[in-house]
Amino acid sequence: MGLHAYLMLAAVLFVIGFFGVVTRRNTVGILLGIELMLNAVNINLVAFARFNADIVGMIFTSFTIPITVAEVALGLAIVILIFRMKRTVIADHLDILKG
Amino acid sequence: MTDPARLALLALLLPASSFIILAVVTPLRRHGRAAAGLSVLFAAGSLVAAIGALRLSTDGGFTEWLWAWIPAEAGPLVTIGVLADGDSALMLVLVALVSFLVQVYSLGYLSDETGPSLGRYYTYQSLFAFSMMGLVLAPNFAQLFICWELVGLCSYLLIGYWYTRPEAARAAVKAFWITKAADVGLLIGIVLLWRQTGTFDFLDLLQMADTGVIPLAGLGVITFCIYLGASGKSAQFPFHVWLPDAMEGPTPVSALIHAATMVTAGVYLLTRTVWLFRLTPDVMQIIAWNGAFTALLAAVLACVQTDIKRVLAYSTVSQLGYMMAAIGAGFASAGFLHLLTHGIFKALLFLGAGAVIHAVGTNDIFQMGGLARRMPQTAIVFIVGTLSLAGVPLFAGFFSKEEILGAVLAGGFPGPFGMLLFGAFLTAFYMFRVVFITFFGTPAAAHHAHDHHVHDASPFMAAPLWILALLSVGIGTLFAFWHPRAEFEELGWLTPTAVVVALAGIAFAYLVYQRRAISADTLAAVFGPIRAAALRRFWIDDIFAFIYRGLMLQLARLVGWVDRYLVDGILNLLSAWTLMAGDRLRRMQSGRGQDYVYGIALGVLLLLVWIRWPR
Repeated sequence: MGLHAYLMLAAVLFVIGFFGVVTRRNTVGILLGIELMLNAVNINLVAFARFNADIVGMIFTSFTIPITVAEVALGLAIVILIFRMKRTVIADHLDILKG
Repeated sequence: MTDPARLALLALLLPASSFIILAVVTPLRRHGRAAAGLSVLFAAGSLVAAIGALRLSTDGGFTEWLWAWIPAEAGPLVTIGVLADGDSALMLVLVALVSFLVQVYSLGYLSDETGPSLGRYYTYQSLFAFSMMGLVLAPNFAQLFICWELVGLCSYLLIGYWYTRPEAARAAVKAFWITKAADVGLLIGIVLLWRQTGTFDFLDLLQMADTGVIPLAGLGVITFCIYLGASGKSAQFPFHVWLPDAMEGPTPVSALIHAATMVTAGVYLLTRTVWLFRLTPDVMQIIAWNGAFTALLAAVLACVQTDIKRVLAYSTVSQLGYMMAAIGAGFASAGFLHLLTHGIFKALLFLGAGAVIHAVGTNDIFQMGGLARRMPQTAIVFIVGTLSLAGVPLFAGFFSKEEILGAVLAGGFPGPFGMLLFGAFLTAFYMFRVVFITFFGTPAAAHHAHDHHVHDASPFMAAPLWILALLSVGIGTLFAFWHPRAEFEELGWLTPTAVVVALAGIAFAYLVYQRRAISADTLAAVFGPIRAAALRRFWIDDIFAFIYRGLMLQLARLVGWVDRYLVDGILNLLSAWTLMAGDRLRRMQSGRGQDYVYGIALGVLLLLVWIRWPR
């Protein structure tokens, strides 16, 4: 399997994640989509590291994974707070920035 | 102290310190009487110093005492200090003398004023004395202009002394603005002169004029601009309109500022810089003709006034016209001599009129009448002043006025000479009209009610009157035996003519207003149109009012309209468009996170297309 296969996998994963982000109505679903997109990026990094024989991509990925975990924790905390205040987690109802 | 400049500086700084003390020490000023005492004391000291400076000064010898003010690479650009010579020392003595006498006189005249108000009066008086002396002693145009504006300010403050009266406030503003309009000319003239010659200094300029280094091109405009400023201050046509209105101020102020000193500043300036004006004969012609015209115009106007102070005001305008005419004819010394004698006897006349007004309580001469019996002292001094002004021999005005007539004729101006001669007749006529109506004739009914008020003035007021009267007679008598040599060939027939003209005017006034051999009504009927025109002040005030209301206010209204609707309109339209566009664009913001994600995705897509677009 060459580099292209990995890149294709990453691209498909990214598009699926993006699709989830823009179509999901539930805020938690949107967060899941974001996670998919991030992991697509991680696959890209690892794949390039592997095929270019450069360790830097691996190291970078080992940093992004914990950061992603932290980000998810933060995002979920925000969602819970929003739910406490507005009694809803549906993204269409959270439009206080409407002009 | 053997240097006249040092004494002159002392004379200048005494009133200045009096002003500063009165301005800073509030309790002293609000006490009134104490402030007056301090001011009078300093004025007396100033007078002594001025006389000392005059005794030490020599004719034609200049002594300077200068400080650098604005430094520049090649020596100071502007200096301040004093320049004492024969002319400025004489003028300094006149200013100090009249200033001192008027301050003493005011002690009596303004005795009914409250403390703070009297303190304010003496503060202004001190400031005026300082500024006027600074003007007289100015060694260059820059200091002269500063003091010029300061005396204008004092004039404004003192005309509006009774500022609660609307007429006084209006007159103060009128005087300020009209002289200010003319002062713009002076400022332009000074700046242009500096550009042409590179100096403000009188002595440098005099040297340049003597050696003929001053470029003549454009000098006419410069001297004309300077003359404009002088004609505003010295109430020459068409700027004379402010002076009669300035009589709303207290009478001592009229005597000091609007008769003896400040209004002569213009004449003094021309005397001081006459070597500059000699280079531009065209401007000299204008000065001579306008001076003679002003003299005649004001004399006609004086004939129809019923307010004693207004008669004197117009006669001041007229006499200033005489001085200007003499300067224009090329004999500045004749004009300067008349300035000095006029300062003495016109101050006397105003103070005399003030004594009458103080006693009777009105300015209208037809409500006075028969005052000679009640106020004999005042009548005597007033008649001395009148004889001086009319130009009767042995009185101060005779010699100087005759010298002006001779100067104008010798300068080659027969036209102005005729106007001035007729003006002399009118001068004698209108002044004796006032004398006969006020001091002789039948007492008018109006002031019978407060007859007990009508008596000679208190010592404070009487003493200055007598001093000035004695000076008028003394100078006149002195000139009869010894008089300064004229710069021109004197004509034998001139003296008898001048005397006859003056006596004819007196006789005519006697026939009309005393013997009533010629009815005043008949006279009015004969001169109907002129009289009607003179009563309307020849519509000159109306023209000024028209220029102000009809032209300037309309222009202001037009400019205001353009500003309000055109300039502001464009800006308002732009801001309205901005608001509207913002309102439309606002709707793009849905507030939903996912819409923004679409936006970002679209942006990224466009970026990719742009990057990848084949070029």
